[in-house]
Amino acid sequence: MVLLPELVLALGAMALLLIGAIGGEKTAPAISFGAIALFVMAGAEAIWAVPSHATAFHGAFVADDFARFTKVLILVGAALCILLADEFFAPAAMSRFELPVLMVLATLGMLLMVSAGSFIALYMGLELQSLALYVLASFNRDHLRSTEAGLKYFVLGALSSGMMLYGISMIYGFTGSVEFSAVAHVVAQSGAGIGLIFGLVFLISGLAFKVSAVPFHMWTPDVYEGAPTPITAYFATAAKVAAMGLFLRAILIPFPHALEQWRQVIIVISVLSMALGAVAALGQKNIKRLMAYSSIGHMGYALLGLAAGTALGVRGVLIYLAIYVFTNLGVFACIQAMRRGGKPVEAISDLAGLARTNPKLGLVFSMLFLSLAGLPPLAGFFAKFYVFLAAIQAGLIWPAILGVLASAIGLVYYLRLVKIMYFDEPAPALDGDMAMGSRAILIVSGAVALLFIFAASPVITAADVAAKALLP
Amino acid sequence: MLEALAFYLFSAILIASAVMVIASRNPVHSVLFLILSFFNAAGLFVLLGAEFLGMILVVVYVGAVAVLFLFVVMMLDVDFAELKRGALQYLPFGALIGLVLVVELIMAGSVWVLQPAALAVKAHATPAGLTNTEALGRILYTDYVYYFQIAGLVLLVAMIGAIVLTLRSRPGVRRQNIAVQNARTAAMAVDMLDIKPGEGA
Repeated sequence: MVLLPELVLALGAMALLLIGAIGGEKTAPAISFGAIALFVMAGAEAIWAVPSHATAFHGAFVADDFARFTKVLILVGAALCILLADEFFAPAAMSRFELPVLMVLATLGMLLMVSAGSFIALYMGLELQSLALYVLASFNRDHLRSTEAGLKYFVLGALSSGMMLYGISMIYGFTGSVEFSAVAHVVAQSGAGIGLIFGLVFLISGLAFKVSAVPFHMWTPDVYEGAPTPITAYFATAAKVAAMGLFLRAILIPFPHALEQWRQVIIVISVLSMALGAVAALGQKNIKRLMAYSSIGHMGYALLGLAAGTALGVRGVLIYLAIYVFTNLGVFACIQAMRRGGKPVEAISDLAGLARTNPKLGLVFSMLFLSLAGLPPLAGFFAKFYVFLAAIQAGLIWPAILGVLASAIGLVYYLRLVKIMYFDEPAPALDGDMAMGSRAILIVSGAVALLFIFAASPVITAADVAAKALLP
Repeated sequence: MLEALAFYLFSAILIASAVMVIASRNPVHSVLFLILSFFNAAGLFVLLGAEFLGMILVVVYVGAVAVLFLFVVMMLDVDFAELKRGALQYLPFGALIGLVLVVELIMAGSVWVLQPAALAVKAHATPAGLTNTEALGRILYTDYVYYFQIAGLVLLVAMIGAIVLTLRSRPGVRRQNIAVQNARTAAMAVDMLDIKPGEGA
């Protein structure tokens, strides 16, 4: 059954919606739990029940190892974010049953995105995901920043969708098909004409917006800052994996014979993102804004793997995403634990002396930041290593060197955070208590960051298989 | 001959009313011109033989979107004069960007060649003996059922989103409860008090 995980999520979301609508707000915790159960079910089906090579609906939906790898990552990210959300909203008496339902629907959109086999399927999945994300960003509707985040995300997202649709219409016009394989066939036969490249550039612009790559990154800091913390975590993990998976599929499957044309665009986007992510994060005062710039930088590194245009590059991107998701979940669990007197605080100065007031949290927080920076024994190093390796093997020496330079600059701001936590005069202590779910996420995330070096081979093998499905 | 005449008539009115949408001072007039331009665009679709698109344009855009615009314009107190004040200031810059885009489009367009392989995989034409409404229906619910279902989910998300962001349950609202009203008896509604003369209730 090719479509089983998606069907489970779609029908499950509607069932949860009905339960919530009939039972009222008091069912919210049960619905959160139901949503997590749905994700676990869909994940198990994606691993065991879905065949490795299958298409449905005349090629509009593709099930392969690449889709399986990204789907499992998305589902893990989404499930843990619901856990975070439950613990974030429940104490503030703000839980509403629509939140998990919208997250299930957004996750469904993400699964459809990474399985897209045609441009219409791509767009439909993307819109299902984006529309739910716009609402989630402004979920804290009595909060000015949250509504501002939702509105900004919506307006800029609509603009980028428009650009992407324009590009897709060009590609359709010049190849006569919206199906990836048919487009690839036409490009292989008659080469990439100027009209096709025109469409391709618009398509890349739209996709770059979704992964928040420079110069389409403007929305990211505001949305990350304004959205409620667990929703920001969702943007930074599941949504990024889906957008990146879609990016890889929508470029590599239809346009393998236009490699030279899109590679230069991707290289420019990638190098600019790495540079801006490293430099702009230096002066930030809000931890969530800092994470926004950090994610812009990380997407730049991941795009370098796409620019390589080889199976090795795709493998690099997938390993990168896997490590990035787990590290980021831990960081956002820490950010959510930053409460003083029950109220969330977000300034970097609130972290001062955390290692003395709360040694355990300080230690895990610092370790995750060092992993994001890419310091050698930690997981983040391997993420960057495999991407740079692929880039150098594909002959992209200069972009790789610039990437290494950018990560050296990036190290400065991550180290600054560690310095603030360990050596600055302590700020008033944060509330020490952490809910069970956040605690579990922190343990998993810390373990991944620390122990990846010993258990890397299954992940690398899985990423290898997934990459081969995209570029045999 | 008649077709060409109709085409030029529809096109001319379409362009003129589109200009009036942004040029007219009264926002209500703008919306009315917008509706006029929708009707003319629908006429152009009919001339092209795409009567289904023409109908959809009238039903969806005139029937729903334009009426919604009209409601927004009339219900919300938006000061359009204030909004338009800055427009002249940005006009030269906007015009410059528009000009650059047009020149680029013309340059790119002048070297476009439609590739022969593209024509080979071109989408199927309408089968003979079917109106295009029927033809669309036949593939929409068979070949394209996947997209159709996702579109349904997108609409569901839109509905949930609108409710989540706007619905507020206010406390202390008095609602009419007909069952309680009907169940009232004279014994519940009337109290007999023994009032002494000169003292009041």
